[in-house]
Amino acid sequence: MLELKTVSRHFGGVRAVDGLDLEVKEGEIVGLIGPNGSGKSTTVNLIAGLLPLTQGSIEFLGNDLASLPTHKRLQAGIARTFQNIRLFGQLTVWQNLWVAQNSPEDRARRGFFPRWLGGQSGVRAEIAQLLEFSGLAPKQDELAFNLAFGEQRRLELARALATRPKLLLLDEPAAGMNSEEIGQLRDRILALRGRGITILLVEHVMELVMGVTDRIVVLNFGQKIAEGTPAEIQANRLVRKAYLGGEAA
Amino acid sequence: MDFYYGMAQIVGVHTLLGLSAYIVLLTGQVSLAQAGFFAVGAYTAGMLTVLAGWHLVPALGVGALTGAATACAVGFPALRVKGLMLVIATLAFGEGVRIFFFNFDYQIAKGDIKVGPLGGEGFRQIRFFPENGWTTADVMLFIWVFVVIVMLILWWFDRSRYGAVLRAVGEDELAAQSVGISLTAVKVSAMTVGGAIAGIGGGLYAHYTTHIEHSSFNVLVATFAIAYPIVGGLSNVLGTLLAVIFVQVFLIEGLRDLGDWRNLLFGALIVLAMNLRPGGFLGRRQRA
Repeated sequence: MLELKTVSRHFGGVRAVDGLDLEVKEGEIVGLIGPNGSGKSTTVNLIAGLLPLTQGSIEFLGNDLASLPTHKRLQAGIARTFQNIRLFGQLTVWQNLWVAQNSPEDRARRGFFPRWLGGQSGVRAEIAQLLEFSGLAPKQDELAFNLAFGEQRRLELARALATRPKLLLLDEPAAGMNSEEIGQLRDRILALRGRGITILLVEHVMELVMGVTDRIVVLNFGQKIAEGTPAEIQANRLVRKAYLGGEAA
Repeated sequence: MDFYYGMAQIVGVHTLLGLSAYIVLLTGQVSLAQAGFFAVGAYTAGMLTVLAGWHLVPALGVGALTGAATACAVGFPALRVKGLMLVIATLAFGEGVRIFFFNFDYQIAKGDIKVGPLGGEGFRQIRFFPENGWTTADVMLFIWVFVVIVMLILWWFDRSRYGAVLRAVGEDELAAQSVGISLTAVKVSAMTVGGAIAGIGGGLYAHYTTHIEHSSFNVLVATFAIAYPIVGGLSNVLGTLLAVIFVQVFLIEGLRDLGDWRNLLFGALIVLAMNLRPGGFLGRRQRA
């Protein structure tokens, strides 16, 4: 579904991502892990189109993404969340989901004028469903910046889902969450797989990564150092060395 | 009574000028080009009624269209830059328009006098209202019909998904792109709507003053255009109207007796107003 071929991104002399090959197959949940500064977030930004590639190519469903600007990549079916939450703080929870309805399905279903200038009536059911899924229904009229941290994370996920993604890029969705919240997030991620959404999960929280992913790719200094099932990765000496340093194993 | 009608005319036209900047500000862009679109609308509508003998209503329509077309054309290159760079780019455009009209001659003979724009001397005798016997009250009502229509349209935009998207772009461009919003389309559309509103405002302005010249569209006018929505707050269109009343009626007319002290107090009171209500008169709830 998603295929990165020898993808590189250099910032001056820094090789943030260096010759990375990565494939995500339809229906999979792939974990992308690595120590701080290993190029995980840069990889997400390259796929989402926030940064241009230095080298290599990215294909999604057989199409080359290089020439597509960010908003077109979303319309092609790639949605993302941000490591540092980026909601529309002065919009309500409900409006945050409303403005995200830019998928080809939404465009096809409602004409130009109803979609842009119509009121809220035509989309209530879908947004209610998203609010239900993320447990935000009681907060729908709150301004987003008034939400608690965990609620903001849930809203970001819901906003990404409002774009009807085929592939979801989650950039450290569990950062700052307690273990109860992580458990809920885990259930939500598995529920999304049930709906046929493919997921690339960038995460530090091993409890989550090991619990939900089919396959894990490990980065260090912008390069892939290991790939395998959660069990294989846990047993991998190189990975332990990257995380713990020295000769630890 | 005519004094108050005249005041209401000024408030109406300045409200249109402020609203043209309001919709652009919603997307987080500070544009000093609004006086330029105002000028384009003023000269277009004025030339159509004076030189071509049109009725004012279609002339205003064409003024709105040329304002919108100019804004759209300016929007594409200008909105590629942000922040201070955009301020400078739009300022340069506004000054360019002013200099254009400073040098723009297009006069034709009408009876024994020549009419039409004449460079630095300006465009005199835009006499649609007196020629058709409109009273000051008629003109005031006519202007306010347009003000109310524009306010209703913008109110409707604000309640629609389009309004929410404008505000989303104003808050976080990166996040907006990442949920599939085309920044260029949204910003240029806001600029175009703003240009149309400024065009109508300019057309009305040209006809109630009957005489326009390049200096009627200088940087001060552009500054007022963005000051109104900022002082009034961006939560809805009424804030802009309140700010126009505050500035034009209270500060400019109300303090007229103070002579030279007025200008000093004028600035001080705007600073005070912004300190008391940082989000504008009708500001949104502030960030914690």
